[in-house]
Amino acid sequence: MAFLEIERAFKGFGPKWNRTEVLADINLEVEKGEFVAIVGFSGAGKTTLINLLSGLVTPDKGVAKFDGKPITGPGSERGVVFQNYSLLPWLTVTENIALAVGQTFPQWSGEQRRAQVAKFIALVNLTPAAGKLPRELSGGMRQRVAVARALAVEPKVLLLDEPLSALDALTRANLQDEITRIKREDDTTIVLITNDPDEAILLADRVIPLTAGPNATLGMSIPITIPRPRDRRTIADHADFKRIRLELVEYLLKSAHSRKTVLDRKLVLPDIEPEDLLLPWSQRNRRTPIRRNEIKTAEVEVEK
Amino acid sequence: MSAYCELSQLGKTYPSPNGPAVIVQDFNLKIAKGEFVCLIGHSGCGKSTVLSMLAGLSEISEGGIILDGKELTGPGPDRGVVFQSPSLLPWLTAFENVMLGINQVFYTASKDERRQIAEYYLTVVGLGDAMHKRPAELSQGMRQRVGIARAFALKPRMLLLDEPFGMLDALTRYELQQVLLTLWRKERITALMVTHDVDESLFLSDRIVCMTDGPAATIGDIVPVNFPRPRERKAIMEHPDYAPLRSRLIQFLEVGAHERVPYVAPPPRMSPAAAF
Repeated sequence: MAFLEIERAFKGFGPKWNRTEVLADINLEVEKGEFVAIVGFSGAGKTTLINLLSGLVTPDKGVAKFDGKPITGPGSERGVVFQNYSLLPWLTVTENIALAVGQTFPQWSGEQRRAQVAKFIALVNLTPAAGKLPRELSGGMRQRVAVARALAVEPKVLLLDEPLSALDALTRANLQDEITRIKREDDTTIVLITNDPDEAILLADRVIPLTAGPNATLGMSIPITIPRPRDRRTIADHADFKRIRLELVEYLLKSAHSRKTVLDRKLVLPDIEPEDLLLPWSQRNRRTPIRRNEIKTAEVEVEK
Repeated sequence: MSAYCELSQLGKTYPSPNGPAVIVQDFNLKIAKGEFVCLIGHSGCGKSTVLSMLAGLSEISEGGIILDGKELTGPGPDRGVVFQSPSLLPWLTAFENVMLGINQVFYTASKDERRQIAEYYLTVVGLGDAMHKRPAELSQGMRQRVGIARAFALKPRMLLLDEPFGMLDALTRYELQQVLLTLWRKERITALMVTHDVDESLFLSDRIVCMTDGPAATIGDIVPVNFPRPRERKAIMEHPDYAPLRSRLIQFLEVGAHERVPYVAPPPRMSPAAAF
């Protein structure tokens, strides 16, 4: 029995007459201490998938289980980092995190809670900004607050919903290192959702492609055998990296290709040439467009 | 090689309080008809300046550009531009956005024919069932598809692409590179594309022009890319020439671009026929 699992889950939205089946037949097993990345197109249903795990969405059919028990709602044993940070704008960094800690550990003393909050702010290197409001922070710093908040409640699983896709390349790289470090030090179970194959391969133990929606489903999982620590700059030259990346991208592109609808209407491309709008009006005397078969070309060879 | 588009001694300077600021200098390039050329370099080196001079959106300070035998003086529908952000009119549907240009250059054609052109290109780029949606209802990748359809629909003499996939996520980027290449193969429109993605330029182009760092940027190297077409990503990445070409480009971007040694064209090889 896996630590975190989804069994034959289906999820759709909308009323019967206008229904979109987002996820179809999702099966996922994540072992304790494993880092799994799920890669898919934007709009494929990645967020719906992670919401099944966090308990924010319940499947229409099938079941999501954590530690053997069905997931019925959100819980502090599963920490979530959202793409849009979701911090409370009127609370400072410390207060945002303290709120989560207080909810999760009501039996703790004030001293214990303060220590916990300070520890996790330090973990994401935000101690100098601890008293600031979210709007006074950059996007990368806000996302670090969200990571600290998710970790401070000491979850058994960390669910990352495209946490880095809104950030610039440099901040992204820093936070990727941060995630790798947290994983190495605490051996947390992590599920990362991303649309960047390179990021997935750099960070995870296993990548699983999510096919293009609607009716998105998980493809075959690909184990990443590249040894850790992995270096962002040299990993691209690793033979396994190239193979895995190609396999992953080919699979996803193929799934996107097969989703394309076949049209029953006939397409016609008229065989005409555009008019030259740079000609003065006096030289534009055509009333019908030039057909391509009217164009005559002649090749002349010139002796030099 | 007869040049279809010729950029000669092209330069761009802006006036500044400390005398004129030279952005691009001595830029010489000949592009053959039906060729796909990529322009790579660091951000801010002047790649887009060259492209916008070619598009007629930026004034030429020195030298000149000849396209299909005529010197360029300003913007025109004979050059289709795809921008980094698709620049669609938000109150028009995808179809209406494309029709805007078509109505201009195909004004002698019948209404039906104009509609057919727009429908054809929108369908080919994969928007067959979304062409009557407004930009706000489309994803970033779909908007860029409209941008590509709009540029091709005008049957331009030349296609100018300014980092068209820079704002897209990796997967959508791969998908759209394929869309662009498929359409380009059908029409064989001469194309110049600005990018800083080495893999993208290797996948798409016939020749890669590397620009040195600014100020006074110019051509530092020209790398021919001879992978057979039609191209498939997998086959290209496994091609024996792929790794050496890629490292040559990366080497240039890491070292060569800063050294700013102007490119000197190798002497033309004599063809066997000319030897007699």
